[in-house]
Amino acid sequence: MKALLGLLRKEVYHILRDRRTLVVIILLPVVQVVIFGYAIRTDVEHVRLAIVDPAPDATTLAIRNRFEAAGVFRTVAVLPRMDGLEPLFERGAAQGAVVFEPGLAEKLARGLPAQILIVSDATEPNTGSIVQAYAAAVVQQYSRELGAPRRAGIRIVPTVRMRFNPTRQSSNLFVPGLMAFVLTIISSLMTAISLTREKETGTMEALLVSPLRPWQIIVGKVTPYLVVGFVSVIGVILEARLIFHVPLRGSVALLLFEGLLFILVSLSLGILISARTSSQRVAMMGALIGTMLPTMLLSGFIFPLESMPAPLRAISYVVPARWFVLVARGIMLKGIGLAYLWPATLVLIAMALLLLTASTRSFHERLES
Amino acid sequence: MTTPADDAVAVDRVSKNFGSTVALADVSFSVQRAERFGFIGPDGAGKTTLFRILATLMAPDQGRARVLGRDVVSDLWTLRARIGYMPGRFSLYPDLSVDENLRFFASVFGTTIEREYQQIAPIYSQLEPFRDRRAAALSGGMKQKLALCCALVHRPEILFLDEPTTGVDAVSRREFWDLLDTFKQSGMTILVSTPYMDEANRCDRVALMQGGRILAIDTPQAIADSFDRPLFAIRASDRYRALKALREWPHTHSVYPFGETLHYADKRTDVPADRIATEMLAFLSSHGFDDASVERTAPTVEDSFIARMGAPEGVRAA
Amino acid sequence: MNEAPAIVVRDLTRKFGGFTAVDRITFEVHAGEVFGFLGANGAGKTTAIRMLTALLAPTSGQAMVAGHDVYREAEQIKCDIGYMSQRFSLYEDLTVRENIRLYGGIYDLTDRQIHDRTTRMLAQLGLEHAADQFVRAIPLGWRQKLAFSVALLHEPKIVFLDEPTSGVDPITRRQFWELIYEAAARGTTVLVTTHYLDEAEYCDRISIMVAGRIAAIGTPGELKKKFDASSIDEIFVRLARPAAASEARK
Repeated sequence: MKALLGLLRKEVYHILRDRRTLVVIILLPVVQVVIFGYAIRTDVEHVRLAIVDPAPDATTLAIRNRFEAAGVFRTVAVLPRMDGLEPLFERGAAQGAVVFEPGLAEKLARGLPAQILIVSDATEPNTGSIVQAYAAAVVQQYSRELGAPRRAGIRIVPTVRMRFNPTRQSSNLFVPGLMAFVLTIISSLMTAISLTREKETGTMEALLVSPLRPWQIIVGKVTPYLVVGFVSVIGVILEARLIFHVPLRGSVALLLFEGLLFILVSLSLGILISARTSSQRVAMMGALIGTMLPTMLLSGFIFPLESMPAPLRAISYVVPARWFVLVARGIMLKGIGLAYLWPATLVLIAMALLLLTASTRSFHERLES
Repeated sequence: MTTPADDAVAVDRVSKNFGSTVALADVSFSVQRAERFGFIGPDGAGKTTLFRILATLMAPDQGRARVLGRDVVSDLWTLRARIGYMPGRFSLYPDLSVDENLRFFASVFGTTIEREYQQIAPIYSQLEPFRDRRAAALSGGMKQKLALCCALVHRPEILFLDEPTTGVDAVSRREFWDLLDTFKQSGMTILVSTPYMDEANRCDRVALMQGGRILAIDTPQAIADSFDRPLFAIRASDRYRALKALREWPHTHSVYPFGETLHYADKRTDVPADRIATEMLAFLSSHGFDDASVERTAPTVEDSFIARMGAPEGVRAA
Repeated sequence: MNEAPAIVVRDLTRKFGGFTAVDRITFEVHAGEVFGFLGANGAGKTTAIRMLTALLAPTSGQAMVAGHDVYREAEQIKCDIGYMSQRFSLYEDLTVRENIRLYGGIYDLTDRQIHDRTTRMLAQLGLEHAADQFVRAIPLGWRQKLAFSVALLHEPKIVFLDEPTSGVDPITRRQFWELIYEAAARGTTVLVTTHYLDEAEYCDRISIMVAGRIAAIGTPGELKKKFDASSIDEIFVRLARPAAASEARK
């Protein structure tokens, strides 16, 4: 126990004394939040659309056909009432919805203003704004064709409402992704670097030759980064809440628990990387390519997964950050709990167990020859 | 009488390869308790690999090694608490201070500086003035002393020092050996490796190593004395030409630069030394080296090393 | 020695802030001499060598290297000197031949010169068979001899060697010294820095730096007589130990 405390104390000294790295650890999340405060736009295809049509008539059917024909949307459900919409969004089955009012054709015929409601899931602001834009275009086009040549003054008024993210701020969205990114840097990169640094200075030899067991060395090395990772996560959440007013609708405890799982996964990856390398430079490259790039590109953090080619989407299933981002978005923006998030949580638990075992095994009690 | 089981170190036919590189080839030796045993040889001789095996950091491919009566492979966890090891690179944390480094290594072994003060006092007293200085800012000699202190802080029964004096200036080297002398009476066994031939004399016994093999094991004096012919030191103002000339002399067994002089050994074993000297002087002056002098000299460990290496072309005349 | 001295140093000084690393040193190195430049860690050896190789401007004093002024003629000095250190000398991931070609190119030799000198050098070292092997694949001893020959490729007037033989076996070390003697016999001046004090005895003359000054200079024989010592090591320890003790207290 004393040995473990000694290890921890030493590691804290390392972290506190390496000023440049310390500044990076502290400033990185702050700066990232600001940078990603601006949305990153991308094109979207195959948006999953739900339609609420209480009383189908000629007009609603015509508009529905146009949505189908636009090539951007795929109708996943046609519902008679608004009630059925909520679960679809929560499961992620629908990304947008078109809601017709009953008797639309009749209102139009009598020259009364008719309403069409367009709902989008703004937990994905890119997708959300595109749904809005396309849907409005489709409806307006139809209304022009219908109304302009014949009966002037009769219009379709599309009312737009956002769900979950009513202010449409993309910052709401990137915060979960950013948490994944920051945790990856601190857990994977820092762990890999700090372990390989011990190899470079030759101190790993001295640690190995001592009565410390490999698990003690790992726990001693990794715990401080776990703490630092946790603190960063809390920092990012606070900053996001205070500056960008990002909501936190779900359970904080659940979010922190999922964060812990993700940190464990990332730390294990860091240990695995360091086991295969003996220089800090190689470890940095390994962490960059092996963990940071996938977290940036394949987690849905910046680029929507649904607009990715199938092979990349397939790869994204083994990227831990994908699952964490999914879970964190669910908790923060939708306020949903384990009832919906258990599959992704299970994936994270499985990944953590697998990688922790693999990384402990990769850490030998002797020098590799 | 000591039995092999009482030896501090017993190595039996150990081999170790890295890919196609032979690091150790069939090495056997034993070291007695309280002995100071030196391994002397150039880079690549296998010293570091041998020390890593003895310090339980590597398993041999073949053969067995026992330290303090225990097997270095199967008993590694019992051994690790009882041995001290100072790796070739000093193995310190540059961003920690002298005291922090020492405290850390003490804590790793479940002890404290205060409890072990008696043991480390001779070295720690020299380090104490800089206890708050970061290890990175220490001179080479001080780093070396701190590394030794860290390897000693848990009161090991045996100490493995892998090239502790490499890259350290002559003053610090000498001080380091003087420090090791202070542990003599405590009965600690010390194994030390070095590329410097002149450090052989600070050991009770030495093993000469080359290419993964042990060329000889004995006391430094006995190794030097094993040089089997009279050895002469030749001085001439133009060393290089004198060397070239002597290579052409039919009686030359070996001739090579040695400090300010050339060391010469004759092929003929049945000719008295003073006659060889006279003949050589005549030969040198006939080649224009009028200022040359020849005198009999005592062979050193280095001369023996060269003789045992089986000199390749150049050093030994054909 | 009727030629002009290869290196002339007068009151050469270098300060870093308030710290005087090199303190008014004065000495000469003759052409074709093997000169040992010794000193403890931190005695100012490295700073002095950097000034002589025109990598660092002196604070005051004069120095002429191969007839060129270190203040004004840094470029000429760099063409006239060769440098080999234990740490950096050859690129391990290039072949022997590629290394030679690279250095030939750096010193602006013609293709003809590079070709001729490569052939000659490889023959002299007995390395023809290894010409197309990667440097990392050849033994350390050969590597050091090759590095020395490469440092001489552009036929410099002076060659600086930094701990050239550390860690090699005693036979390779002697072969290395024979290469040095041979270069000196051809008129190249050799300046060697080393921690290896018995190596100092292989030099024609040596200087010992202590705390920024030259504390002793002469042939190894002269110094041993003067200090009534049996080895340079003994002299060195006697001169450097008090300085080391006070340096440590800073």
